[in-house]
Amino acid sequence: MDTPLFVNMEETVSIILFGIGFTMLMLHRNLIKKILGMNIMDTAVYLFLAVKGYINGRMVPIVTNQIQDASAYINPVPSGLVLTGIVVSVSTTALMLALTIRLYERYGSLDLDEILMRAKEEERT
Amino acid sequence: MSMVQNFPFFSIILAMFSGIASSVLDGKRAKHLSLCVIAVTTGMSAAVLRFCMKTGESYTYMMGHFPAPWGNEIRAGALEGLTATLFGLVMFFSVVGGMEHTAADVEGSKQNLFYIMIDLMLSSLLALIYTNDLFTAYVFVEINTIAGCGLIMIRQKGRSLSAAIRYMIMSQLGSGLFLIGLSLLYDVTGHLLMTPAKEAVAVIEAAGLYAVPMLVIMAVVSVGLAIKSGLYPFHYWIPDTYGYATPTASAILSGLVSKGYIFLLIKIFYRVLGRENVIASEIVNVLFVFGLAGMLMGSVHAILEKDTRRMIAYSSVAQIGYIYTGIGLGTQAGMVAAVFHMFTHSATKALLFISAVGLYEVSGDRKDFRSLRGAGYRNPLAGIGFTVGSLSMVGFPMLSGFISKLLFATSALQSPHKMLPTVIALAISTILNAVYFLRLVITLYSIPETSRGQAASPGKSNWKLQLSVVCFILLNLTLGLYSQPIVEWIGSGLAMFD
Repeated sequence: MDTPLFVNMEETVSIILFGIGFTMLMLHRNLIKKILGMNIMDTAVYLFLAVKGYINGRMVPIVTNQIQDASAYINPVPSGLVLTGIVVSVSTTALMLALTIRLYERYGSLDLDEILMRAKEEERT
Repeated sequence: MSMVQNFPFFSIILAMFSGIASSVLDGKRAKHLSLCVIAVTTGMSAAVLRFCMKTGESYTYMMGHFPAPWGNEIRAGALEGLTATLFGLVMFFSVVGGMEHTAADVEGSKQNLFYIMIDLMLSSLLALIYTNDLFTAYVFVEINTIAGCGLIMIRQKGRSLSAAIRYMIMSQLGSGLFLIGLSLLYDVTGHLLMTPAKEAVAVIEAAGLYAVPMLVIMAVVSVGLAIKSGLYPFHYWIPDTYGYATPTASAILSGLVSKGYIFLLIKIFYRVLGRENVIASEIVNVLFVFGLAGMLMGSVHAILEKDTRRMIAYSSVAQIGYIYTGIGLGTQAGMVAAVFHMFTHSATKALLFISAVGLYEVSGDRKDFRSLRGAGYRNPLAGIGFTVGSLSMVGFPMLSGFISKLLFATSALQSPHKMLPTVIALAISTILNAVYFLRLVITLYSIPETSRGQAASPGKSNWKLQLSVVCFILLNLTLGLYSQPIVEWIGSGLAMFD
């Protein structure tokens, strides 16, 4: 149980999740599942960042009880990055969902291969 | 501190705020605002270039007065100024040239949305060029992606919607890899600002620590940005995207967006990971091989393509291959060639897209290249523009394409192991380029068969398109004829990176 993979379990999990999300986004044919994959991928990065910024036994980086000493708090930068990242991924998710709705209205399918096929047929006629 | 040093920040924020302001303006005002902002930021970038050339060094600009390891920074040098100026010029003429088509392609009430996307695109490109902070770069990469997707899908005809979703998926794969690369780099170095991160990387490399994580970081960042800029095996979204968007969007996406990512990659190589480390890690060799493959396969696909705009798009795949080959050579000269080809390609590809549209206008909007027969007589200026662009891509002397080919060949001579493949691929690719481009040019100037009943409408005079074609031709000639100072600027700009 002392192998590095178990000691750094959170990081290992986040990289595995990243791989799952990446593969889903790349290979899945269903658009909604692609978007789910994208979210899993982004969230895995946030997990990784949050884990890296956390220091055991320290507080949330908000000044409480007049404690000014930086060594009492965890690293605030990764938390800030995660917040920014969440904003970015929410907007890209919204855009992709909007596109998916448009595509569904037009081609009546969520399957990307089928959408591409119908788009080609439509152009030919 | 001189006033000019504020200009990079002003131009980014000006473009961003004009995007916000355009959301309450009508289409016409938004268009004018957008054009003004592009012109002003181009002027500012030129001033930055002049300032950096005069002082002979780059400078960093603190955002919000927090000093280096904490705050966010902008950095400007000669190369940043030059790139921003050129991108601004190309963007301005692309918007002017495609204006009439934008008005026709985009629904009336949504005109201002198109110009919001243009403003955001400009702002994100400038930020990618100027930023000295990796996470800021990531955020603006995403803004760039969203703006690019908007530019594609706003034309609701043809296959643009399915092209947009493909673009979005590939871009998300690229940004995901880029983001995890940044997170790993932050984890290893503890910095997101480029300057302290580079110092930390140097310490780590000297101590021989974290060899595998550093390799993974380099690989993941390179592959992420390569996917986004459309390097060969990841190119399949390019033809649909460039082929079905409105002309302005095609010109901007092919000419500028992919170059923004390449510029960021070069900047990260020089300013964060360290050029020697990247060369030692052999990542450049991987980029080199795929660059060569792209050079050849892009041209082969282009020859097989019937639709003119998709053909030009496949030619972009080949040109991106050239740029990555230059980066992959791993020498300073190769990098200069890559950056010069970036400029060549943005000026030439925008010219080709805009003049191709001028030729469709007089050919009944048909897209296969046979219907363009004789179009060079019906719209002479667009015909000349297309010919100049084609000759430049093939590498005709006096035009910018010739200079980039010359630079590639001479820089290849300096790296003994990569000389032969580069020169051979360069020769084959030039011949393939000539095959499809000259085939098109000959089609343009062959007499139409009257029996076929061509829709030979003599075209309403679209002076904006004509003007932008003339300006693009001049830009191309400038790059070709005054290449010496530009190459020197690129060289000194790259020297400022270290």
